[in-house]
Amino acid sequence: MNLIYSAGIAAIMACGVYLLLSRHVMRIVYGVILISASVNLALFLAGRIGPNPPPLIPSGETVLSAGAANPLPQALVLTAIVIGLSLVAFAAALALQTFRTTGTLDSRKLTQAEALGSPYEEGKGQ
Amino acid sequence: MIGFITSNAILWPIVVPLTGAMLAMLFWSSPVAQRIVTAVALAAMLAAALILLDRILSDGQVAMTFGGWAPPFGISFVADRLGTAMVVVTAVLAAAVMLFGRADIRGRQEHSGFYPLMLGMLASINGAFLTGDLFNLYVWFEIMLITAMGLLVIDRTRAQLDGTIKYAVLNLFSTLLFLLAIAIVYGVTGTLNMADLSVVLGQTQDNAALALAAALFLVGFGIKAGYFPLFFWLPGSYHTASITVAAIFAGLLTKVGVYATFRIFSLFFEGGEAMRDVMAIMAAGTMLFGVFGAAVQWDVRRILSFHIISQIGYMLLGLAIGTPAALGGAAFYIVHHIIVKANLFLIAGAIYRASGTFDLRKSGGLMASHPMLALLFAIPALSLAGIPPLSGFWAKVMVIDASFQSGGGWLAAIGLFVGLLTIFSMSKIWIEAFWKPAPLGRSKPRPVPAVMLVSIAALSAITVWIGLQPEPLINYTLATGESLLDQGTYVRATFAGTTGELP
Repeated sequence: MNLIYSAGIAAIMACGVYLLLSRHVMRIVYGVILISASVNLALFLAGRIGPNPPPLIPSGETVLSAGAANPLPQALVLTAIVIGLSLVAFAAALALQTFRTTGTLDSRKLTQAEALGSPYEEGKGQ
Repeated sequence: MIGFITSNAILWPIVVPLTGAMLAMLFWSSPVAQRIVTAVALAAMLAAALILLDRILSDGQVAMTFGGWAPPFGISFVADRLGTAMVVVTAVLAAAVMLFGRADIRGRQEHSGFYPLMLGMLASINGAFLTGDLFNLYVWFEIMLITAMGLLVIDRTRAQLDGTIKYAVLNLFSTLLFLLAIAIVYGVTGTLNMADLSVVLGQTQDNAALALAAALFLVGFGIKAGYFPLFFWLPGSYHTASITVAAIFAGLLTKVGVYATFRIFSLFFEGGEAMRDVMAIMAAGTMLFGVFGAAVQWDVRRILSFHIISQIGYMLLGLAIGTPAALGGAAFYIVHHIIVKANLFLIAGAIYRASGTFDLRKSGGLMASHPMLALLFAIPALSLAGIPPLSGFWAKVMVIDASFQSGGGWLAAIGLFVGLLTIFSMSKIWIEAFWKPAPLGRSKPRPVPAVMLVSIAALSAITVWIGLQPEPLINYTLATGESLLDQGTYVRATFAGTTGELP
């Protein structure tokens, strides 16, 4: 079970890294989304998944029964998903603004920052 | 009331800027109200940092765990000497840089939410310095990342958009690696509290998963901090930000990565010889490539950006050597570097204000027209290169002396050589911007606002003061080095005063 799960995470991560290496900014953003998803799954897997009873304490007792599911990774994953969503939303907005301003999302043509004060492009600085 | 403030001293450096950010957000349409909120918040943050420093000087370490849960279950905040020093420097720097910002921040940036973003970033920086929980550190890193990206792209120029894309992608990737490392560590140990991790990992056999996690931590924080060979995003983006933002970034953001490396690799991955060797090579590469990169650039801000990297190498050098003296030297170096580097960025802003360009080929003649600025440039520039009696001299002495004493002679030699090349870059700025006559056809140099000069002078005065009176800071940082290697104190401080069993 864990092995299948790990293989799935690895496959998603590989796709993410492949997209991250692309020249197109939107594909890079998709790559970040996939890597983020695979890391979230890894975090989930770190909490030991399996056919466990839910982490509820029956009335009259003070501790969890042995073998109950671990609720912490789910809380962590939830936090990570929310953070990931906001960062990806920002990255998408950034890509949109870049396209509107420069008319391209090809990272080979996005060299405006490098040109400032560059020794190779005489007089292109501010 | 006073008792409440001092007993919760660890809270205020985070709560004050966070509250300030929220208030500034409420006054979205009124820049004047936002300015007042920011000024009050920065003053209160400085006071809070000094209160915390006072507690640390008397108690050594302070810890607090939230939510009524005993550690390791609740989220702990722990202030030790290193974290507190960083919080104090952050507060001092933020006050000085935002004073400079009074003359530099434009109305359009204020309307784009400059103040809430800046205060939010300061809160997350302080949070990262004070947290004692690994996942909480990740959350502070993410808040820092999103506010920093907002600040970086605030003018929406082409260069800023280009720089921010590089910054965003590589830093997102680094925090994901960090999160993956957390997942692995949690899978192995079942805990996220740093003090608890220190205890549990001390009893755990080394295994492949932990080695992988350590490598992921080093790479994840390495991208943040700008270690060789992971620094390329830094000189590709920092120079596009407005100068107030760039000064804060240059001073603080990379240092959060450095701080996290120090925390992780001193508290629970003490690391074997192999890790130290890797770090030593990374430190040497960071010092050399940073300084070589700077040598060919013509934009003042890019030269300074490359120098951030080269200076980061000295800090990593301290961690790679790992003796108390070396760690103390690195802590001194961090404090010195935050002040000096931010000051140099502010001076770059003043140069721009005076000559109308960041490009050294086009500026000149400032020695004659702005002698005061020239003098103020000399102080941090010489300090960065390590000329006595300025603060950089003592920082370099401590780190390089520690490397000689522990047999790292080749690292010390690289450190000295890089210091020489630093003088080259600084004299390049000196000759091009200040000494040489202004190029023909340039308009007359414009005056630099007094506010800018005051904040530059204040930071320069700190540099000179540390240089002339280094003893208190040397003692403090040497004690920091000792305490970093003494994990027991950190663990006891976290678990002290709670009902939790001492492990």
